[in-house]
Amino acid sequence: MKSSPFVKLDGVAKRWNGQLGVEGITLDIPEGSFTALLGPSGCGKSTTLRLLAGLELPDEGKILIDTKDVTTSAASDRNLSMVFQSYALFPHLSVAENVVFGLKVRRVPKKERMEKLHRALEITGLLGLEDRKPGELSGGQRQRVALARAIVAGQRLCLMDEPLSNLDAKLRNAVRKDIKKLQRDLGITVVYVTHDQTEAMSMADTVVLMKDGHIQQVGAPEDLYSRPNNTFVAEFVGAPPMALLEADVLDGFGEGKTIGIRAENIQIVPKGDGRMCCTVTESEFLGAETLIGLDHAGATGLSVLKPGLAMMAEGNEIDITFNDENLHVFDVNGQRLAG
Amino acid sequence: MSAHANLERRRQAIYGWLLLSPAAVLLTLFAFYPSIATLWSSMFSRGTRRKPTEFVGTENYAELFADPTFWLVVKNNLLYAGVTIPVSIFIALSMALWANGKIRARGFVRTAYFTPTVLPMIAAANLWLFFYTPGLGVLDQIGSLFGLPSVNWLGQPETALWAIIIVTIWKEAGFFMIFYLAALQTIPEDLKEAADIEGASRWTYTRRIVLPLLMPTTLFIAVNAMINSVKLIDHLFILTKGGPSDASKLILYYIWEMAFAFFDAPSAAAMTIMVIAVLGIVAAVQFFYLDKRTHYQ
Ligand SMILES: Nc1ncnc2c1ncn2[C@@H]1O[C@H](COP(=O)(O)OP(=O)(O)O)[C@@H](O)[C@H]1O
Ligand SMILES: [Mg+2]
Repeated sequence: MKSSPFVKLDGVAKRWNGQLGVEGITLDIPEGSFTALLGPSGCGKSTTLRLLAGLELPDEGKILIDTKDVTTSAASDRNLSMVFQSYALFPHLSVAENVVFGLKVRRVPKKERMEKLHRALEITGLLGLEDRKPGELSGGQRQRVALARAIVAGQRLCLMDEPLSNLDAKLRNAVRKDIKKLQRDLGITVVYVTHDQTEAMSMADTVVLMKDGHIQQVGAPEDLYSRPNNTFVAEFVGAPPMALLEADVLDGFGEGKTIGIRAENIQIVPKGDGRMCCTVTESEFLGAETLIGLDHAGATGLSVLKPGLAMMAEGNEIDITFNDENLHVFDVNGQRLAG
Repeated sequence: MSAHANLERRRQAIYGWLLLSPAAVLLTLFAFYPSIATLWSSMFSRGTRRKPTEFVGTENYAELFADPTFWLVVKNNLLYAGVTIPVSIFIALSMALWANGKIRARGFVRTAYFTPTVLPMIAAANLWLFFYTPGLGVLDQIGSLFGLPSVNWLGQPETALWAIIIVTIWKEAGFFMIFYLAALQTIPEDLKEAADIEGASRWTYTRRIVLPLLMPTTLFIAVNAMINSVKLIDHLFILTKGGPSDASKLILYYIWEMAFAFFDAPSAAAMTIMVIAVLGIVAAVQFFYLDKRTHYQ
């Protein structure tokens, strides 16, 4: 099946007083997919999402949703829902009133409204809290009210702007799974903004990595991980991120290039057998393995993983080696070279 | 354990009373005591050289109820309150919603609205005198451009009170607008965006989200407007002096007249007590009834 994408952004740009917001955003999002917009703070993720939502209008480019050109349509005409980072719950309305607000505005009959409300609260596990005000809920419950409000109308497209950033780490993990399951069960299309690469990598079918208002790479999480387009992607994706070496540290790569290597592809070998000699700077015990930070004059972010608890003394000199097939080669401008 | 908790509680109580006492002393000295004294003096007759003051109970009140001017003044004040309170609140709210929007020259608009508040009431009254004066006044000048006859706005019973009402609204609305503007600033921008996405029109958003969130402010303003409708009479001294034939006379002005023009202190005291009672009851109703239906953030 090769139908046209559900959501399409074509060369979209947005500037504020000439200052860059986002530029050249071209993106196809298939129906029923989970797309994550990932990038450091201020890179234009929210702007992209808000352009899609109709909360901002683009200076250039076109936006299509369900083959309809919505570039200049009002937010309400785009048939989508949104979960805000702050949740944006109406503080004076109860949980139930918050959730059905949109249905009421769109004059859905009372009976249908009640059914939909019940279902949305059931899915999000909020039954019994109908009459509470947002101020009387915990952070996690508020988050779920925002989710319930987003799914109650049954819109096929749901936008989420860092919906988990106000939750503690444990809850975040649980809700992450809930959202993913929700998206699958309902078959909706989700565009999800996050600055947390673990979140993006674990939830999304497609990750869109952005920097300074431009898209750096679009692809499945494993693509970004194993075939980063450039050194920015290499350093942003993965924990620990990819280490970058200056090409002249190794033989046979020529001048000016940059070599990338992931921690799991590096082995520690007896002194004298390695391709590089490094100094241990820190040992971080992660549970199943220990992350050893290494320092080398021609490298940044170098580290190696050792199974179990295997702390190494700071200042130790060790030799490391790796296979050529695990190396990523980038040109002078940081762009990936074929292979 | 419990002794310790008791001590702590007593400490808290003493601390609380200490914090309260300066306000309590001042209030007693300047509010409670004068009120009681007024109540007391309202129950004595007016002393003359031949007839000394004596206790007359509610006679002063009975006399007032029999006084047609009193009833006219009450009627005037009710009309005055009934128009100035809702109209100034409505105008303040509309102006605030507008000035809070994304309009050009927002700073200028806000300042312009606020200017009347900065002016002392006496100065404002003088300004309006310049509008209302027959023949020379701005209103008449404009009217004459269209061939309308000269109107003595302040000098005829049918229009005098309304002229006063307009000055009050003009004066109050800008002041109340500042409170609404401050309250509007506290409503997060994303509520509007959430409502937008849900398909709410601007009007629905205003009615279902903004107005309820402004309720605490509205309540506060309503109480203030009500108090002002009794208190704010400075402009009467400049504009009409209560005339013509008491058409624009308000209660406080009448009390002032009683006390300092007719030297009938007991009647003034009796009227003051009634005003305090009515204001107290209305404020209590507003706070206790509306409070329950108001969402505080
Ligand atoms: N309303 C605005 N006015 C001016 N600049 C803005 C506005 N919104 C965002 N920006 C700018 O656009 C850039 C991208 O912002 P944003 O999309 O919010 O980033 P993030 O990826 O953190 O969500 C930032 O440099 C920000 O300063
Ligand atoms: Mg953001």
